[in-house]
Amino acid sequence: MGDLNDPFSPFTGRRCPEGADEGQRHTGQKSAPPLTCLPASSPRQRGEESLPRAAAPFLGFARLLRDHAFPIAPEQVAGFMQAATLLGPRSMNDIREAALATLAPSPDRRAEFETHFRFFFYGDAKPSMEGDNDDETRVKDDRGAREKENQIARQEKGGELSSALEQLSSRDFRRDPDGLGLFRRRLASALPARRSFRTTRTRSRGTLDLRRSLSEIVSADGDIPSPLLRRRQSVSRKLLLLIDVSGSMKLHTADYLKLAHTAVQGADRAEIFTFGTRLTRITSALRIRDRNQALARAAALVDDWDGGTRMGPTLLAFLSVPRFSAFARGACVVILSDGLERGSHAELEIAMRRLSARAFRLSLATPLAGDPRFQPGTAALRAILPVLDDLVDGSSLESLTDFILTLARPAPAAAAIWKRVS
Amino acid sequence: MMTRADAAEIAASPEAVAALLAASRYLADDSLATVIFLAIRLGKPLLLEGAPGVGKTEAAKAIAELLGRELVRLQCYEGIDAGHALYEWNYQRQLLAIRHAGEHEIDIYDDRFLIARPLLQVLRAPEQRVLLVDEIDRSDHEFEALLLEFLSDFQISIPERGTIRAETQPIVILTSNRTRELAEALRRRCVYHWIGYPDAQREAEIIMLRSGHVAEATARAVAIAVQEIRARPLAKPPGIAEAVEWANAATILEKGGSPWPEAFRRAIGVLIKDEEDLAAIAPELGRIVEEALA
Repeated sequence: MGDLNDPFSPFTGRRCPEGADEGQRHTGQKSAPPLTCLPASSPRQRGEESLPRAAAPFLGFARLLRDHAFPIAPEQVAGFMQAATLLGPRSMNDIREAALATLAPSPDRRAEFETHFRFFFYGDAKPSMEGDNDDETRVKDDRGAREKENQIARQEKGGELSSALEQLSSRDFRRDPDGLGLFRRRLASALPARRSFRTTRTRSRGTLDLRRSLSEIVSADGDIPSPLLRRRQSVSRKLLLLIDVSGSMKLHTADYLKLAHTAVQGADRAEIFTFGTRLTRITSALRIRDRNQALARAAALVDDWDGGTRMGPTLLAFLSVPRFSAFARGACVVILSDGLERGSHAELEIAMRRLSARAFRLSLATPLAGDPRFQPGTAALRAILPVLDDLVDGSSLESLTDFILTLARPAPAAAAIWKRVS
Repeated sequence: MMTRADAAEIAASPEAVAALLAASRYLADDSLATVIFLAIRLGKPLLLEGAPGVGKTEAAKAIAELLGRELVRLQCYEGIDAGHALYEWNYQRQLLAIRHAGEHEIDIYDDRFLIARPLLQVLRAPEQRVLLVDEIDRSDHEFEALLLEFLSDFQISIPERGTIRAETQPIVILTSNRTRELAEALRRRCVYHWIGYPDAQREAEIIMLRSGHVAEATARAVAIAVQEIRARPLAKPPGIAEAVEWANAATILEKGGSPWPEAFRRAIGVLIKDEEDLAAIAPELGRIVEEALA
């Protein structure tokens, strides 16, 4: 029933006929085979006339969701119709359950999905996108889905935002003027390593690789040649950059974003977030190879350029999203911020303590440390100093890249160093 | 195809599924019963996501029980590979057999040298087994891709032996804590359900079902208090299992002579297992318990 010769087919999204075929035996007439064959690109044209009229709303709903950047494959639409048929459907709730189960909106977008559902099937008010202005720190993780809309909205506002855009895309003509090319090439091998569960072949220092040895023995007709060895691989640790984009860091954010772009390009696994009054994940934007384009994208994603700082709450917001905080586990976490927290620093302290408990190494790079007279004197800095592994100079790209490249080397804890200085 | 019909017979409607789940001591809400029904009838894998401790694994166990099948569990972790999930050869035995055989001919790729790992085990007897791929979010992307291939064709190729194919489509349940985003291709292929925390009433029912000796009033109070505690920004909000344990522990303490609110407070260690969370909740705990008992 399946095809064996195309192992990559699950990723292409074009495998609909086989996938749909599985459930077909049990379903009614509603899901005629042709509809499952529609390619994602042209869902409107082909095959639609051969469908019973009752099927039209299902297709229409899927189309509506696709228009709002929900990734929905043709086979999911087929599954949706089969599920609805299986359930009766006895009520609108059955259709809703079927939609939730088969179209699988991610839990973050569940509310949005429900609004669309109500709009489409009940004729409720048109869903508005910018509805929720709550007290909590907003976490934005667009995953590249709605970038275009965002960019348009941003440009209307003008002012600070567009200036940030310009600032980022200016002067970048000379080849590698800031040493970032070298940084990019060296980064992957310079990050600290950990032992992986997987093994690699080796000629010395390893344990016996029975699998390969046996096949060797069999092919050598029972002779035992020298045994083959294997060793556990080492993989580089994850790199997490948290960039402060508040007003007090204005001079440095452009450089930091360049660094972040290089890090995403160079490291195996890197994640970049910006924080000011909100938390924004910009990794997906920075994956674009071209730096100017990537930075413009990232700049458009961030809503809180040059605003205030709520470092504690935003870092707590970061930790409260399970998949973000899971990324921090065992990672090298570098926070690029001046550590000037508005108001009380109690939350910042909690957040830093939790981060340091998760991270392999927690470092704070502050541009203030570029000044030779710098002392971690503010109450916030003094409070977090004991949990920091490093407190370093973040005033120039050069010092930062040098620091990141030496993350693998052991260093005394930040508190010890700064106590000696003071 | 016989057995598929059997499964379809057992899962006649979402209500029937819910009743059977309750019989195997698992209280599912309507939408969970519906997706289980859909997964069985559509013949698609079931992907359950939710916070830790909401009963994803328990759901899988209950499904296996209601179908009267054995549950084969594959626990995922970072670095899991084909050798842990599909099959492996018993090399030591093969070597011994070669020696032993001497001049005789011997097939070292015989069944007795094959160690079947969970995916192969299920493939060989799809009518008797249910596959649970637990915490798939812990594995890495390569393994997800491998699994995707397995889930689409339900076959495993062993180079020395050829392709082993399932006679009927096995029932597969995947769970994820959502510590990372799963591949769209995987979500697309599955029937999906997000398990949230239950409401207070259902949670009280679960507590009573899971622990025999807890009084109804206690279960109710625990459920209300736990709801209240979950609403706070904790590093690790308590799951259902913790709530059950809390009710149990408080009951034991109460029987040992502690008065009610005190028993809850003393048993808090089984509910909240993070020192900072404990410190955060401690000042309010008295009030929360008091209100829940009222």
